[in-house]
Amino acid sequence: MLGRLNLDALKHDWIEYLAGASMFFGLIAIIALVTYYKRWKWLWKEWFTSVDHKKIGVMYLVVSFVMLVKGLIDAVMMRFQQAFAFGDSMGYLGAEHFQQIFTAHGVTMIFFVGMGVIFAIINYVVPLQIGARDVAFPFLNNLSFWLFAMGGMMILVSLVIGVYGGTGWSAYPPLAGIEYNPGVGVDYWVWSIQISGIGTMLSGINFLVTILKMRCKGMSLMKMPIFTWATFITMILIIFAFPILTGALSMLTTDRLLDTKIFTAGFGGNPMMYINLFWAWGHPEVYILILPAFGMFSEVVPVFSRKRLFGYASMVWALVAIAFFSFIVWLHHFFTMGAGANVNSFFGIMTMIIAIPTGVKVFNWLFTMFRGRVKFSTPMLWFIGFIVTFVSGGMTGVLMSLPGVDFQVHNSLFLIAHFHSVIIGGVVFGFFAGFTYWFPKIFGYTLIEKWGKWAFWCWLIGYCLAFLPLYLLGFMGVTRRLNHFDVTEWQPLFMVALLGALVITAGVGFQCLQIYTSIKRRKENRDETGDPWDGRTLEWSTTSPPPFYNYAHTPEVHAKDAFWDFKQKGMPIKMGPPYYPIHMPKNSPYGFLIGVLSFTMAFGLIWWIWWLAALSVVGIVVCIIAHLFVKEPDYFVTEEEVAKIEGEAHGSV
Amino acid sequence: MKTIFKVVLGILICLAAVAITAFYISTHNIDVLNPKGIISAKERDLIATASELMLIIVVPVFALLWYISWKYREGNEAEHEPDWEHNYIAEYCWWGVPLVIVAILAVVCWKSTHELNPFNPLQSDKKPFKVQAVALRWKWLFIYPEEGVATINLLQIPIDRPVSFEITADAPMNSFWIPQLAGQIYAMPSMRTELYIQANEAGTYRGLSSHISGKGFAGMYFTVQAGTEQELKDFVAKAKESNRSLNRAVYDQLVEPSEYDPIELYQLQDPSLFMQVLDKYLVPQSQAS
Amino acid sequence: MEASNPEQYPDTHHDTYSKTLFGFWLYLMTDFILFGSLFAIWAVLRNNTFGGPGSQDLFSLSWNLFQTFLLMFASFTGGVGGAYAHRNEKNRCLSWFLITAALGIGFLIMQTMEFARLIEAGHTWKGSGFLSAFFTLVGTFWAHIIFAVLFTFIIIWPVWRGDRDIGLRNLTRLTCLRQFWQFLFVVWIFIFTIVYLLGAK
Repeated sequence: MLGRLNLDALKHDWIEYLAGASMFFGLIAIIALVTYYKRWKWLWKEWFTSVDHKKIGVMYLVVSFVMLVKGLIDAVMMRFQQAFAFGDSMGYLGAEHFQQIFTAHGVTMIFFVGMGVIFAIINYVVPLQIGARDVAFPFLNNLSFWLFAMGGMMILVSLVIGVYGGTGWSAYPPLAGIEYNPGVGVDYWVWSIQISGIGTMLSGINFLVTILKMRCKGMSLMKMPIFTWATFITMILIIFAFPILTGALSMLTTDRLLDTKIFTAGFGGNPMMYINLFWAWGHPEVYILILPAFGMFSEVVPVFSRKRLFGYASMVWALVAIAFFSFIVWLHHFFTMGAGANVNSFFGIMTMIIAIPTGVKVFNWLFTMFRGRVKFSTPMLWFIGFIVTFVSGGMTGVLMSLPGVDFQVHNSLFLIAHFHSVIIGGVVFGFFAGFTYWFPKIFGYTLIEKWGKWAFWCWLIGYCLAFLPLYLLGFMGVTRRLNHFDVTEWQPLFMVALLGALVITAGVGFQCLQIYTSIKRRKENRDETGDPWDGRTLEWSTTSPPPFYNYAHTPEVHAKDAFWDFKQKGMPIKMGPPYYPIHMPKNSPYGFLIGVLSFTMAFGLIWWIWWLAALSVVGIVVCIIAHLFVKEPDYFVTEEEVAKIEGEAHGSV
Repeated sequence: MKTIFKVVLGILICLAAVAITAFYISTHNIDVLNPKGIISAKERDLIATASELMLIIVVPVFALLWYISWKYREGNEAEHEPDWEHNYIAEYCWWGVPLVIVAILAVVCWKSTHELNPFNPLQSDKKPFKVQAVALRWKWLFIYPEEGVATINLLQIPIDRPVSFEITADAPMNSFWIPQLAGQIYAMPSMRTELYIQANEAGTYRGLSSHISGKGFAGMYFTVQAGTEQELKDFVAKAKESNRSLNRAVYDQLVEPSEYDPIELYQLQDPSLFMQVLDKYLVPQSQAS
Repeated sequence: MEASNPEQYPDTHHDTYSKTLFGFWLYLMTDFILFGSLFAIWAVLRNNTFGGPGSQDLFSLSWNLFQTFLLMFASFTGGVGGAYAHRNEKNRCLSWFLITAALGIGFLIMQTMEFARLIEAGHTWKGSGFLSAFFTLVGTFWAHIIFAVLFTFIIIWPVWRGDRDIGLRNLTRLTCLRQFWQFLFVVWIFIFTIVYLLGAK
């Protein structure tokens, strides 16, 4: 009846009980608050079923933030374990628990924080930047969000019911196969990624069509904002890469559920194929994470340097080059598998070639600042932090692209330090820069600088303390994913790394403080003009926040940095009456429902509750049919309503 | 004034950190940078060469960053050209110079990858010392087929003579790594990888598995004793006196999971054991001999 | 329905059609890549019979050739159905798509019989890497045909029950449906050639 689910699934050690309990009580608290303020209907109507890209962007932010806190707690727990588990002391975490934590940490950070924050910003900003009123497929956008959220929910549920996988975030067979891991852990891992991966793929299609088909009049491709270019290239990467992941995970699933012999060591299976397919997706994935961050910096640096972006065309071609090469380097993740010197050299050389367009971008940013007037508000501080961390991380990357070097550092803490350098320095710092920059547009008031600066310094110093020792430890022959060490002389370095993790936590604390105090003092910091930074792109021509239809009149542009162009020429963005009825899509409950049913389907497949899985699949099909049969998916906003909203918004301008 | 104070403080802190790190490095063993074998020595030199080449770009980038940030900060009266966005010379420089460096690195890559290919035997007039390594859960089994002995977690090798490894696993994927002697190579069930190393200094080194293989993974380190030929003979004699004998039945027991196993010495009763381990995966067991 | 100023729509009705078709084509490309990963597995595992039977022992080329014809005609009839949809000839459109669905069902019956034959002979997907690769690749295709048949009925139902005028929304969906059948035939050509033809040698 309940498959292999029984009360044993709820048995955990005291730490997991604590985690589960705090999650549970947190949930209760939220439910209580929402009920007390009688906001259920509002939540459903205004947020959960909304197909407005701006609301969906904010929802991505909320979920990503929750997952960031979880991922950070995982990291601190890992650092504590590794700082104290030396010699006779086995630390406070059992080996299996520790292994689940670093697996969950990796998946959480990459899929649910990294992808989450970039999709949050892309969702909010891109339609505004191209002068559109929404994305190409608003319902699909909502569905993508719910698939993302439900994937994250799988990880959280695995804390309470059952266990998460303990194989590392890449889950190689045969370890991830049923012979060595017959339990539910790896199945949770598969489905948390599979569900959110489908969401990502749909978003890839959505934004690609949006950018290609919905740009406003006059905006040719080479007049698009550079962030939109970065998004465009990223979506192409997603469309090519994610199906490979879907394929690899599906075959791992059939191996586990149906006993196929695709990735088994015996019976004619081939585990190396999983590694190939996984990284054929995995390498483009890291570029999917970093290119939007590059785009965010490309928006921030010109605005805060009061100068045009240097070498726009170069920047675009660099994006294209990076994207192209990102598909032919995947083998560098497993030089040590023994492919032979010709193959290894080829992939090594392709990998180091990517350094060229990346370097071009760095120089273009620096020369944007050159002969500019640079204001070091927090977005620019994040940029400086990015250059420092990302360039050194990139250097270690090129170092590892040499197979001869990689043989000595593969899977060691040197590798861990490298990818944290580029992900934290690139994706995280990029997001923080973008978040601070676009915050006033999204919420209507600016963030308080002071706490932002404190947060920045904590993150930068914390990063140095947490990861620079790891480079050294890698060279000392320390491999990754160890819950215990026999060599006590390494302990001081791990202590420093723990301190770093705590300093980063303080940084996040300052960010929370920043948001809290900014909300409290929002009236003082209200963005009255919609353009608090003297921006260059179209989103700054709207109010903060924009009306739900974005533009009463879709703009017509004549140059890149379109808004700056309007301001220079003294042209107002066409604003006034006469207004026209605006055609907008209606909300839909089916995104949420399909998301929930995907969750129950996965839960059923994980626990072998076949009736639950089958019913969920039927339910999903029914929802899709229901969605297809909705009689009137759109409606018109009347001229009077538009006039009213525009009048209120621009009354003070 | 205040900014200058902050900048100087920052520089001092960085210098202090560098000094502490330098002190730490000089008083501790950094395996990869302190090679005791031919292969690891080449790998260390490669790290140095590649780093030097890259610093040609990285140092100017950092210098430019500080210079530009300082000179063009708001509040400092420097030229402001808000529409200057293009310069051919600059573009040629930063497309061109990295291209040249990458081209040099590419040649270095090709040559070094071929030279350091784990499957390449080492040139020597001495006959290689043969070891077969099997990664188990969660220990390493070393079979010395020509000497007729085997060990758990102890690798005894001669110095100044190539050692040839055949490596497999009867467990999830592992990775065979002795940082001071050579780079690593994966140990995979149903697959046979090779590695050649040559130690040029006697000593005790640390070996480990560098790919997670389950619960007891943290215990998968082993001791490497590099010594003279006489020490090797003594070791073989000692192992032959062991009351433990390794045949298929004993091996099947070793396959059972165990953690943090102590060093054990065995007489090798069945020299074809390594092939049998591979056959477990490659040949249907109903057809196995 | 058309207001006086076309500038005001986030997408005119004309645009909905081209956007949806482009989006659907992109989805088909992702599906192609998904099949690509399955073909990659086939390429590596096709000879890993682990002592069991291989392609030359198991496949009946005439059976598969007949399946090819079924799908070829399905692709053709789907195309004709789509053409009639564009000419707004509702009844002809419906008939041709029904024929397409029937041909698809014929394919499904034949494929299911092939699977059943193998399973009854003891050659299940658990037997070897080769068998697993076969069942996963061809099984995924089989699942796609099931979806195509379902998709056909779901799409033509509102057309049948609706007005004489097919309308833009239905036209968009019928065109996507036609694309899907044509895509599936292309994939089948690859499967027939790479799995069955090359395997039977």
